[in-house]
Amino acid sequence: MRKTYINGAGCISAQKTFDTVFLEEAEINENNTILALKVPVYKDFISPVAIRRMAKGVKNGIVASALAMKEAQVKTVDAIITGTGMGCIEDSEKFLKAILDNKEEFLTPTSFIQSTHNTVGAQIALGLQCNAYNLTYVNGAVSFESALLDAKMKMEEQEASTVLIGGIDETADYTMSLLKLAGFIKKENEGPYKVLNSTTKGAVYGEGATFFVLGDKKKDNTYAEVLAVEILNQLKEEELEAKFTAFLKSNSLQISDIDAVVLGYDGDVEFDSYYKILSENSFVNTPQVYYKHLCGEYNTASAFGLWIGAKIIKTQQIPEIIKVNSLQNPAYKKILLYNQYKGIDHSFTLISKC
Amino acid sequence: MNNGVAITGMGIISAIGNSVEENFISLINNKVGITTIENISTVHATVIKVGEIKKTNQQLADELQLSSDNNFSRTAMLGAIAAKQAVHNAGITSINDCKTGLISATSVAGMDMTEKYYYDYFENTALTKYISSHDCGDVAHKIADELGLEGMVTTISTACSSAANAIMLGARLIKSGKLDRVIVGGTDALAKFTINGFKTLMILSETDNMPFDNNRKGLNLGEAAAFLVLESDEIVKKDNKKVLARISGYGNANDAFHQTASSENGDGAFLAMEKAFQVAGLKPEQIDYINVHGTATPNNDLSEGRALVRIFGEEKVPDFSSTKPYTGHTLAAAAAIEAVYSVLAIQNNVVFPNLNFKTPMEEFNLMPQTTLKHKKIEHVLSNSFGFGGNCSTLIFSKSK
Amino acid sequence: METLKQGLKEKIIAVLNLEDINLEDINDNDPLFGDGLGLDSIDALELIVMLDKDYGIKLVDPKEGKTIFKSIETMAAYISANRTK
Repeated sequence: MRKTYINGAGCISAQKTFDTVFLEEAEINENNTILALKVPVYKDFISPVAIRRMAKGVKNGIVASALAMKEAQVKTVDAIITGTGMGCIEDSEKFLKAILDNKEEFLTPTSFIQSTHNTVGAQIALGLQCNAYNLTYVNGAVSFESALLDAKMKMEEQEASTVLIGGIDETADYTMSLLKLAGFIKKENEGPYKVLNSTTKGAVYGEGATFFVLGDKKKDNTYAEVLAVEILNQLKEEELEAKFTAFLKSNSLQISDIDAVVLGYDGDVEFDSYYKILSENSFVNTPQVYYKHLCGEYNTASAFGLWIGAKIIKTQQIPEIIKVNSLQNPAYKKILLYNQYKGIDHSFTLISKC
Repeated sequence: MNNGVAITGMGIISAIGNSVEENFISLINNKVGITTIENISTVHATVIKVGEIKKTNQQLADELQLSSDNNFSRTAMLGAIAAKQAVHNAGITSINDCKTGLISATSVAGMDMTEKYYYDYFENTALTKYISSHDCGDVAHKIADELGLEGMVTTISTACSSAANAIMLGARLIKSGKLDRVIVGGTDALAKFTINGFKTLMILSETDNMPFDNNRKGLNLGEAAAFLVLESDEIVKKDNKKVLARISGYGNANDAFHQTASSENGDGAFLAMEKAFQVAGLKPEQIDYINVHGTATPNNDLSEGRALVRIFGEEKVPDFSSTKPYTGHTLAAAAAIEAVYSVLAIQNNVVFPNLNFKTPMEEFNLMPQTTLKHKKIEHVLSNSFGFGGNCSTLIFSKSK
Repeated sequence: METLKQGLKEKIIAVLNLEDINLEDINDNDPLFGDGLGLDSIDALELIVMLDKDYGIKLVDPKEGKTIFKSIETMAAYISANRTK
């Protein structure tokens, strides 16, 4: 069976992740309910003629994918697969507001076109003149894992040797205010917002674009191998540990084989209990990592989580800033990632040193 | 050719019927569903025609027996109705008794509700529940909940090729053994957002759409939902299931030409069809009927026509028709409803007519099938092409 | 006519988000589409809406845009002859 290696990565987030090694300049912000992006110089990557139409998500996606491809030293790919939870909300807001404010008159097409969920993948393909398989997954917190699973299947089917995958989500003012109203985002004046041991509902939100180039051949600068990905719509808390054990068993592993676990804690007291079950039981003796205090919560934040996991394997270090506990391992060979959002869209990802 | 993945159930709701049976009767009796819009108030009501499902949201909610405090979007309700039909049709009584998944597709998602209440949320707390129904994932979550499905659930959104890609992924999941059973398809409701969006692109027609006609003016939007149940050969054998047809081929390629228009020579379409033949192990001459994407926009039909000529040869393009004169263009659901129609074509050995056609296009010598035609149908090819150059082709075959 | 042409240049820069272009960069007879300014079919649709909104000219067939939007010169001539605002 063909293997899947992470050969390149590019990350645009609320931290300086595009021109540093591994979170050396990371800062924790516990005062804002929405984390702002650290933006690259877009003009370095995208022509002015193209930039003029692009909202944040598209620009970030193009830069992150360019960085990943540069690192993997590839000029084209056999498939482009993206995931996004909410799509291009800046342009959606723009077009919808125009419809409502102008009573459906004098509307222009650009923001409508840019609001279609697959626009990031489409524009990357246009830029690369790439005719290959091109898909976009839009299913809440498993949007990125769906893309990862599809990419892995493409490799196993021997339909692709290199695949570009990415997770992109944006914040946009009005939509964020609606999510605050609905209780998804932390209330103002309830800070400092700590992700671990939180006592309040909702999460601090963020945005970003994280892309990877997957390949079927190991290279000198390969990060890690992707061993398995699984997605589940529903899982009760009491079923979680049995599910994990079964997932690991199907990959000929047990809990003690896992050198570190990356958990999607987001500070929502209602649902972080899922992660607590693992932290306090199965993985109580395992180094545990969290990351959403750095990137914020958004549907494809788990792509940032995979970036973290891959970096841990590459550098064989866990930076202090992402440690849940103070346990260490002499080597980080097998890493398990677990994420869910509001009790649904569970995903398990297994990566290993190669 | 390979055996293909078994289809054991179907469900559909569209402007021409609320079940597979009703849709079939409409298709063979030239009963179209293109009318003036009634459920949505829009300034464009007098200058557009649509394939509207003549049921209010309340009627759909009643049909699903939803509680009064539900927060289903219209898209989610249509999807749930079609998915439940499909599961029932496949004779499934215990949905989690094997590795089961749902691959849904949508482009509108909950926008039909969002656009209604966008500025009212802060004044009216009763509306807050709809904020979480906006995104595509919510539609799939709701359908999964209605089915009681706990396994793998995800959604594809690639504009008008979405459902074809969902069906393709489903087939691959069965083939790889990752799933034993998967419910695949798509759903989209009409919405002001899409009506106005397509209007700004100047590709809507004020009259009934005329695919592949030289004087075609554009498309009619529609709404619909359709789902298929795909099951592994092991399950089919174990439960002695009736196989309606098989998915023998599929292909996706990107035109990489323009964000909304297709390339002149139909490159993406050509590559998608070529790939589908490769997967199916079939030759073009083995296709008995093509359900074309045929939206009746000047651009699509030219591009698709060119691609057909390149794949089949101008004199050898098999019987083809677009069924969009019946249903309108149902966006993310299009490939799903047309999958149902492809299976019906195989089951009933019939080619559905391409209605409203008068004058062949000047660019090539292609005449769609304009009347209902009875003939032996073994293999059907179905095209769906979306914005972002996303081109997908499916091949359906009679089960041996 | 000169004020109309100046106004058109300003509007094009604003409506099409051409941040890096100045008024002086657009010559009256330069091609707007393809080479020259490098506009495309989506920009054409944006300009069609601008014709309606600002000058009261409704274009029914998007293909008409090809000749009208050839250059600032041709646009100004067409608008002068057909404007209702």
